[in-house]
Amino acid sequence: MKGEDLILFGLLFFSFFIGGWGWWLERKLTARFQYRVGPPWYQNFIDILKLFSKEQIIPSPANRVIFILSPIATLSSVILVTIILDRIIFLREGFLGDLFVILYLLIIPSLFIILGAFSSSNPLATVGGTREIKLMLAYEFVFILSLLIVIIKSGGVFSLEKILDKQMSTSYINSFSGIIGFLLALFYLQAKLGIVPFDVSEAEQEIMSGVFIEYGGPLLGFYRLARAFLYFSLPMLVIAFFMGKNLGWQIAYKYLIIILIISVIKNINPRLRVKDVLSLFWFFLFPLGIVGMFLSILGY
Amino acid sequence: MGLREKILTKSLWVYHISAGSCNNCDIEILDCLTPRFDIERFGMQLIGSIRQADVLLVTGAMNKKSLGRLKILYEQAPKPCLVVAVGSCATSQHMFRPSYALEDALDKIIPVDLYIAGCPPKPEAIIAGIVKLINKVNKL
Repeated sequence: MKGEDLILFGLLFFSFFIGGWGWWLERKLTARFQYRVGPPWYQNFIDILKLFSKEQIIPSPANRVIFILSPIATLSSVILVTIILDRIIFLREGFLGDLFVILYLLIIPSLFIILGAFSSSNPLATVGGTREIKLMLAYEFVFILSLLIVIIKSGGVFSLEKILDKQMSTSYINSFSGIIGFLLALFYLQAKLGIVPFDVSEAEQEIMSGVFIEYGGPLLGFYRLARAFLYFSLPMLVIAFFMGKNLGWQIAYKYLIIILIISVIKNINPRLRVKDVLSLFWFFLFPLGIVGMFLSILGY
Repeated sequence: MGLREKILTKSLWVYHISAGSCNNCDIEILDCLTPRFDIERFGMQLIGSIRQADVLLVTGAMNKKSLGRLKILYEQAPKPCLVVAVGSCATSQHMFRPSYALEDALDKIIPVDLYIAGCPPKPEAIIAGIVKLINKVNKL
């Protein structure tokens, strides 16, 4: 193993640790908003360890191959995204078109969550899966719009590393179109992580954890691991897009701000219905994104 | 005390089964999640799916209709799995013992690890019971 590989492994463990910790921070802030004490800081890691020590049950009508494969595929694609982002942000080693690689790799987790839900042949999981499809139709579009705003503002550059270089003088959030793009990316983040206003696919009160209902034990542990990585890589992606000016130690408080915004949105909003999610994304955020795109073309 | 037990007791995910109870015990269980008692600080969560359960909280006197379903649920739970009987009905069938709708007590059907008496038990009593359960698992 070469030295560079060791650095990448170290960065990966670091990202996992930060992601699990950020996830805990979101839970803790939620608890404090409700005047509770909240879980201790190691809670998510203990949860994942416990899930790996439990018995694995595979329901007999399920399609075994897809049922077992989908959590593993989810975790591996999320790990790939995290490594690419780590290389770009901390080592400044990008490649041409890494934006599109990240875009496609971020679609894979949702796709495999849907596949796993359908393969478990549980009716509630199927309902959750269809809801997740509708969510994807809503948020991927908006994410691509915010990506377009970033690309237009950087003058047609398709590499995240170059986009970071272009933000050396000023972050994109310091302009009108940047603010609009940041807002769109925040909504994407919230919906992708399935946090409260957009948690229709795993709504605990209606369809009992929805897409994950038949998952337990190690396979749910894989999903939880992937979620911990997503809690690192999605805020980092938003930071790289819109707040890329100083990415030294300042990245810490930018990350904390994003986690804070997520948990505030989570705690002051009820769960939206599927119809409301779609109309919010298509009839409010999509025109907003078009306006932001024109603003960025005009240079604002 | 193994590492596995230690990890299990630090993150107990609770699945709540109401086997014909009068709803008082269920409300007291929900009280444990409120800001005053907040069992999430011990890592406990109420979860919706039996596949993720570590603890089955059973309330109610186990009538004939819920008996078969309880057996199915116990078999569906992944296996280091603890069973807690909450309330006098679940522990001893209470005043419904001579009823025509009841067959056996809960502990004659599935192995019960902890009994929490009371009609309904206070949230403090439930938390004290869970602490006893954690000590019992750690001593295994």
